[in-house]
Amino acid sequence: MSTPATALTDQFKVAGKAFNSRLIIGTGKYRSYDEMKAAHRASGAEMVTVAVRRVPLDHSSESFLDHLHPSLQILPNTAGCYSAEEAVRTARLAREALETDWIKLEVIGDQTTLFPDNEQTLDAARTLVKEGFIVLPYFTDDLIVAKKLLDAGCAAVMPLAAPIGSGLGVQNPTNLRIMREQLPDATIIVDAGVGTASDATIAMELGADAVLMNTAIAEAQDAAKMAEAMKLAIAAGRLAYLSGRMGRRLYASASSPIGGVVR
Amino acid sequence: MQVQINGEPREFADTPLRLKELIEQLSLAPQRIAVEVNREIVRRADWEQTEVRDGDSVEIVHFVGGGNAGGKRP
Repeated sequence: MSTPATALTDQFKVAGKAFNSRLIIGTGKYRSYDEMKAAHRASGAEMVTVAVRRVPLDHSSESFLDHLHPSLQILPNTAGCYSAEEAVRTARLAREALETDWIKLEVIGDQTTLFPDNEQTLDAARTLVKEGFIVLPYFTDDLIVAKKLLDAGCAAVMPLAAPIGSGLGVQNPTNLRIMREQLPDATIIVDAGVGTASDATIAMELGADAVLMNTAIAEAQDAAKMAEAMKLAIAAGRLAYLSGRMGRRLYASASSPIGGVVR
Repeated sequence: MQVQINGEPREFADTPLRLKELIEQLSLAPQRIAVEVNREIVRRADWEQTEVRDGDSVEIVHFVGGGNAGGKRP
């Protein structure tokens, strides 16, 4: 949701494409397709991410994509890849199947933490950019890696807020704030780790352009309600960021006039 | 002939077999899938004339729900 004053002017852009929603959501872990669809509707998201997997051969499976509203931009991802080679291969397959150049690049480095392998991610990003992909890479919240990914030609950078699926919220606000300040022109999408609405607001207040989440919505008791909460939280955080918050003071500062008090 | 499909051995009566027919024999909906033969992507337009032979390895993928991660380290 945006207020009328900002709705038209404050669009979120990636690779020249404009979005009114700054929330990008996943399509995994929902208890049913109906629940996923309700959550997608309530979220107001215009872009959703999907994973590439082998087709099961022994039973006819309906196409998962048929459960996504046709107006949604589909962002295929390389989730589950552990090397640049696998990620590049997966991205090429996604492009062939979906006829889209967009790819959410993810190369995991460790199965316990699911932390990204930044080196392999960078390597894959360079290859994919050369092949004409619009690359949105998931990586550790590190300014230097972000710079290298942008130098490689990535359309956006997607730093984690906390480990995937952890719901811990923004663990290192300083890193995100520094990234925003040092990369004022970059598209920064916080990806992974959001647990509840206030986490999304904090990410936006720190200057993120958008937030991508899956588990926070899918594992909420009422996914559609949480999706709506996230929509509002992101709009609130964005407006707060644009408004330029007050400075912090250690001591109180009265908000009523000092003089004229009835004695 | 035997062809590895998504890592599983499968027997087919015809040899060679056009890729398009192979996909039909597997009863797969051809929309929004991608296919590799021996790790090379075969464009949809080329399914008709691509021949799959005994011992070839075919990979067929589609899309599933997901956000981040998933899948074990190979």
